[in-house]
Amino acid sequence: MADSAYMPNSAAAVPASAVNSRHSGLVRVTHWITTLCFIALLVSGVEILISHPRFYWGETGNVLTTPLFQLPIPSSRALVPTGYGYVLPDQNGWSRYLHFQAAWVLLLTGLLYAIFSLLSGHFRKNLFPGKADLSWRVLRTEIVNHLRFKRPSAAEARSYNVLQRLTYLLVIFVLFPLVIWSGLAMSLAFVSAFPATVTLLGGQQSARTIHFFVSLALVLFLLVHVVMVGVAGFRSRTRAMITGKAGTDMEGA
Amino acid sequence: MSDLSRRKLITTGFAATAGVLGLGTAAHLAQKYGLVPPDHGGIWGIGETLTYASQRLLTRHSLAREFSRSQISKRPVPNEMPPLKDEYKRLQAGGFVDWRLSVDGLVDRPGEFSLEQLKGYPSRSQITQLACEEGWSYIAEWTGVPLSHVLEVVGIQPHARYLVYFSIDPDWWESIDMADALHPQTFLAYGLNGEELPVANGGPLRLRLPRQLGYKSVKFITRVTVTDSLKGFGKGLGSAAPEGGYAWYAGI
Repeated sequence: MADSAYMPNSAAAVPASAVNSRHSGLVRVTHWITTLCFIALLVSGVEILISHPRFYWGETGNVLTTPLFQLPIPSSRALVPTGYGYVLPDQNGWSRYLHFQAAWVLLLTGLLYAIFSLLSGHFRKNLFPGKADLSWRVLRTEIVNHLRFKRPSAAEARSYNVLQRLTYLLVIFVLFPLVIWSGLAMSLAFVSAFPATVTLLGGQQSARTIHFFVSLALVLFLLVHVVMVGVAGFRSRTRAMITGKAGTDMEGA
Repeated sequence: MSDLSRRKLITTGFAATAGVLGLGTAAHLAQKYGLVPPDHGGIWGIGETLTYASQRLLTRHSLAREFSRSQISKRPVPNEMPPLKDEYKRLQAGGFVDWRLSVDGLVDRPGEFSLEQLKGYPSRSQITQLACEEGWSYIAEWTGVPLSHVLEVVGIQPHARYLVYFSIDPDWWESIDMADALHPQTFLAYGLNGEELPVANGGPLRLRLPRQLGYKSVKFITRVTVTDSLKGFGKGLGSAAPEGGYAWYAGI
């Protein structure tokens, strides 16, 4: 330990004030609002989906046309040939109300987050990877570390590694915009004013199918995210996202 | 530090006051310009109002997408329906000769129209999509008379705000605002893909509203009434849909 006085490791090099603040207040608040909205959208989305668990490509699709694929689940409508001998109760009314209400809250929260992140430099400082991080060597090391479920070092506990940065950027700038776009493309009134919204996606039923797959990708992200938080120390990382204070690296070990 | 926190307090106070005043003004303006849906009460009110208001601002005059003849679905979907009532069967047995559409409310010349009369008006066709809230859809060619033409014949009064329309099935009634009622693609449809509108698709007369979901396109239409308030209809939520748990505005 003697030489650490001459060659401080990167964790010790972080100024004392920064050690205690891991996530800014706005990031923490928008993170948890997004979490709640996402769960609401997921539950209501599944409820809406089971009223017609068939997917198509192009403009139209219905029980009289051949689906691209059909999920092997029962349906809440008798008209859908599912192979099950029963029909689930119809939950579309409240599901649709909840889906759109949560979508509004999520959209407004996302806008607030994006504006704040642009102005405060959150995107630039915390999410865009540095040039050095984008080499194959660094990426390979990170991938191997992740596959081995290796716990991050003390320094890493205070900033995002390159895989995290790329994943968060993908979620923020690709998956969320795409899920909103494909959702709006299903609105008959919205596309009457902005027809390209739906034609660019290949039609209304294509938009619905895309919406389903992007949602699946977001669910996959959520699962991996929670597992990774678990690997890094569930209690300390969750506390950091609630209180903003970074736990020390030995916590929860 | 106390200076800073005082400044912070004052700024926050101003922001909060401006926010409350802003919300109040927004609510007032929204009411004035008809941007608040009738089912705005309750826990889903915020989302519904945001959806309806933004769609009204963006889509008041926009036209639903129309398609080419080659895009027409091979078979229009006959959706599930409750069994038809005796009164309907009687009219059907008579070839719908006695079918009447009554138009009343805030109009100068209330009246009753037979199918013959409606077919005598300039007919129009549109190839549009019918999308169900469940997720399926089909494209068909609908023929009928634009609702705006019939409203012109009866003469709607200036303070008209909503149009309420009823199926022969007493459980199915809906309403729309005047932007949708006078929209050029809102039809009283009596034809489908070049033939008489089949019973399974709402024949002999169906209101077609291609910018909203299928449940707003009420089948077996017998009455249309023009009003300035939806309070007196059913539970006052605007239509049968919100009473059954579904949104009144179905443009999304």
